[in-house]
Amino acid sequence: MNLKELYQELILDHGKNPRNLKKTENFNKDAKGHNPLCGDKVHIYLKLNENKKVEEASFEGSGCAISMASASIMTELVKGKEVNDVKELIKDFLEMIKEKNALKSNNLSEDEKTKLMSLSGVQQYPMRVKCATLSWHTLTSAINNKKDEINTEKLD
Amino acid sequence: MNINKIKSEFPIFSKKVHNNDLVYLDSANSSQKPLVVVDRIYDFYTKEFSNIGRSVHYLAVAATNLYENTRVSVQKHINAKDKDEIVFTKGATEAINLVANTYGNKNLNEGDEVLITELEHHSNYVPWHYLRKSKGVKIEFAEVNNDGEVTLESIEKKITSKTKMIAVTHLSNVTGAILPIKEITQLAHSKGIPVLVDGCQGAPHLNLDMQDLDCDFYAISCHKMYGPTGLGILYAKKKWLEELPPYQGGGGMIGEVKKNDISYGDLPNKYEAGTMATAQVIAFEESIKFLNKLGMQNIIKHEKELMEYGRETLMKNNSVKLIGNPKNQGAVLSFTIEGIHPHDIATILDEDGVAIRAGHHCCQVLHDKFGLPATARASFGVYNTKDDIDKLNASINKCKKIFDKK
Repeated sequence: MNLKELYQELILDHGKNPRNLKKTENFNKDAKGHNPLCGDKVHIYLKLNENKKVEEASFEGSGCAISMASASIMTELVKGKEVNDVKELIKDFLEMIKEKNALKSNNLSEDEKTKLMSLSGVQQYPMRVKCATLSWHTLTSAINNKKDEINTEKLD
Repeated sequence: MNINKIKSEFPIFSKKVHNNDLVYLDSANSSQKPLVVVDRIYDFYTKEFSNIGRSVHYLAVAATNLYENTRVSVQKHINAKDKDEIVFTKGATEAINLVANTYGNKNLNEGDEVLITELEHHSNYVPWHYLRKSKGVKIEFAEVNNDGEVTLESIEKKITSKTKMIAVTHLSNVTGAILPIKEITQLAHSKGIPVLVDGCQGAPHLNLDMQDLDCDFYAISCHKMYGPTGLGILYAKKKWLEELPPYQGGGGMIGEVKKNDISYGDLPNKYEAGTMATAQVIAFEESIKFLNKLGMQNIIKHEKELMEYGRETLMKNNSVKLIGNPKNQGAVLSFTIEGIHPHDIATILDEDGVAIRAGHHCCQVLHDKFGLPATARASFGVYNTKDDIDKLNASINKCKKIFDKK
């Protein structure tokens, strides 16, 4: 257990001053997520262009520092990426958090990797994993046009 | 009370949490267990085990006697008129479901109103909601004030000619407010309305006298009373238990079973279908002895001192905002810290061995009312000291330090 790894400066910064905390105008994909155990809520908005590239990504919601930082970092990272790359990123991220795997993605810049890795401290806090993964599951839902709200209790 | 001696009776406090002494401030969720209770379960299973009720062999008779002894001890502890007014359940939740189900099916119809309060735990709301769905029963909420209290007046305001049940908490698990149950019961009975009390937080922390409170139903959670999990108690006035239909059907609760008809057993068997939580019931006898050895008046005094010291300490801490300020408050303090989510608070406190609860504490209606998605909660038991509160405060300051970096 290491609080310093969990509450890294990047997390605290994004948690306190989340980026892209708004509703994207003219969004064409969106999905809601909810963690009924702690009450965290998130609503993800995406604007994809005709080439299936994410032009805009944003979120609305409330929650702990981990969940806000995770959504903030996630929306920053997916902007400008093609949907297939986003899917790979989600898979990579979830494997890092849940399976404690190293980050595989080769398509990320060093800065992007640092941001993603800042969330890896959650690995040691099983009760907080869902705080970090909620927005990522919700992003998958938005991409796949799923209408049902993501509920962390119904996921693995 | 000699708290160090009391603490030494709870084996869990010899355990370190992240290399720190355990500061357990989550007794409103569940209390820790004294060794006597744990030992009793072990002894029963290793030396005395048998199912109770039907068999005539030595062990069965002895186990049945032990089981029934607890019923009498509970009766005495809460000053019920009759031992048959004590029904064992799997928890307070089941006790409330039992009443909602049996009373609701028999006596509630479309348009009838069940009056609860905005303080209620989900366990005293959801069971009534089933009747709203199945029978068109209405649920009304007596309002909580800014101090986190529900007053007699706010209850009175919501009573109509359609009110057929008043179901209220004895002691709020979020604001700690203690409700004036005796007055509520008097008012309700003057209008012919029965009263159910959710006593989950009341029973471990208050002196209970069913004949004085005069409520019709009182639900108790044993694991919050230094007892085992999987066990609750429904106190109900005998006339209700006689009048209402059985809840679950099965072995033990029957009179005669024929191909064309079934009659039900007498009290208390009528409501105890199937194999009960025998070991837990027998061990709960030790919990009652433990409480009585300390004396409920001493426990109340000790916890009041803790609560007041906690209030004072946290109020002096500028970053902390306490939720509610009830005139009559039990051993619960809920709070928020500006700019830090309660889950982050709980994680950081945990590192210091300080166990609190964070979230909506199964009271979403109340949190919505206060406009808070979540709160942090410190709750006290017989084993807590002022030193625990100082440690809580020091850990809260550490949260501030971590989060103020940015």
